[in-house]
Amino acid sequence: MNREDFPMLDEDIIYLDNGATSLKPKCVIDKMIEYYSKYSANAHRGDYDISYKVDSEYEGTREKVAKFLNADSDEIIFTSGATDSLNMIATGFFGPLIEAGDEILITTSEHASNVLPWFRLQNKYGAVVKYIPLDSNYHVTLDNVKKMVTPNTKVIALAQITNVIGDLRPIKEICKFAHENNIFVVVDGAQSVPHQKVDVKDLDCDFLAFSAHKMYGPTGLGILYGKRELLESLEPVNLGGGMNESFDSPSEILLKELPTRLEAGTPPIAGVIAFGQTIDYLNKLGMDKINERELYLRKYLVDKLIKIPYIDIINLEADSGIVSFNVEGIFSQDVAFYLNKYKVCVRAGNHCAKILKNATKVTNSLRVSLAFYNTESEIDTLVELLANKDKILKEML
Amino acid sequence: MDPEIKREIIMEHYQNPIHKHHVDDDSYDMVNTANSSCIDNLNIYIKFEGDVIKDIAFEGEACAISISSTSIMIENLIGKTREEALNIIDNFENMINEKDYEEEVLGNAIVYSDIYKQNSRKSCAFLPYRGLREALTNKGLN
Repeated sequence: MNREDFPMLDEDIIYLDNGATSLKPKCVIDKMIEYYSKYSANAHRGDYDISYKVDSEYEGTREKVAKFLNADSDEIIFTSGATDSLNMIATGFFGPLIEAGDEILITTSEHASNVLPWFRLQNKYGAVVKYIPLDSNYHVTLDNVKKMVTPNTKVIALAQITNVIGDLRPIKEICKFAHENNIFVVVDGAQSVPHQKVDVKDLDCDFLAFSAHKMYGPTGLGILYGKRELLESLEPVNLGGGMNESFDSPSEILLKELPTRLEAGTPPIAGVIAFGQTIDYLNKLGMDKINERELYLRKYLVDKLIKIPYIDIINLEADSGIVSFNVEGIFSQDVAFYLNKYKVCVRAGNHCAKILKNATKVTNSLRVSLAFYNTESEIDTLVELLANKDKILKEML
Repeated sequence: MDPEIKREIIMEHYQNPIHKHHVDDDSYDMVNTANSSCIDNLNIYIKFEGDVIKDIAFEGEACAISISSTSIMIENLIGKTREEALNIIDNFENMINEKDYEEEVLGNAIVYSDIYKQNSRKSCAFLPYRGLREALTNKGLN
């Protein structure tokens, strides 16, 4: 649906790597051009008309994002991406709080960005990273979370939807249980916020991180949502321009209020302003409709793939547009290379989930990640190309 | 060389690579070579006798290009001196980077002479040579 909105779809490709980054609608691209050609000034100055325009557009996006997530606008921090957001949470909020022996619960299917910042807390402060076991479908259940919680558990950090398995975690139930036990919950929303309605008040998560570029927005921009009282004690990782009120000496530094305090330096202004268009665009389409379309496409693909005897689907059960699989006996990268010859873009590898192999016993795979603008006919082409193993072997070099 | 013959040689070395097995022998040096941009990951074992490469074996996971390239490299390098081996590696590197190279020292490895056309595959073809160069210059040995 809405293919005409995406200039990239005029190119002669079949783009099935939306989990890595999504395509951008023309309204978002146009908005970036508008900023660069009509009012290209810095933010937070406001001394002249075009700068005032920048501020109102910039803060306008913040309000749109807040409304999109059902948050307050001073709970929305602009970062450079989900990675930056997660690092800020781990380092700036949990760094000062964590003590030796405190336990951090994650899973083996998390993306590197939701693993390595926690490993750092273990290495630096003696916290202990533990893994919630995955069930036979590699999903997280509330029961398994409960089994892993101890009096030392400080934080549970989970992707809402994971990037290889594509499973939707019961975040709301996990938050309820966690909060009854004084445990914080950090949600990596990189693969969920672009594809379904996410309401932070309904989930009651403490922090949420995601990237604009995976949700039809510009690169270089991410969002950090945090409950206001928690953001108040998040120590800025970056200090510098724009975030301080005044300073005279090392002991006399006064920082600004939220959210500005956590946005040191010149932000990705064009990206932020254009991201406002992304939010408008998604609201117009409707997140429920997007989700419905992507789940339909997933089923359409899986129903066809499952009929090919030499294809092993790793995540038969998933609640997203992500399908991970292997062609028996052929290395995933060779298959991706073959598909590329037919302009089909899929991802091969471990998809930054380098410890997932401990659970799945599969070290690498092909991943198709669908978006609402993909079509049945694109999927037909993919399946047709995969349905002939001799052809793959012949043409994969 | 005819493209179809090149393809056949690559496929033969991919499907039936030589010396692809684990080595548990102290007289071998081991070097790990991996592509950070993808998932190719190989352990290469080398046994020297004086200055001469007596044996090479490998194990690990990699794409068709990396596996076949390793097998062809092994076929070519066993029995060579360190100096000869380094010269072969330099020539292979030159070939895949479209520079001048001595075709006669590369043996079957010339099947990758067109690999420069597929930029993403260059590092796959070069992977074992990179590892072996480290081993020969005594860097990265385990």
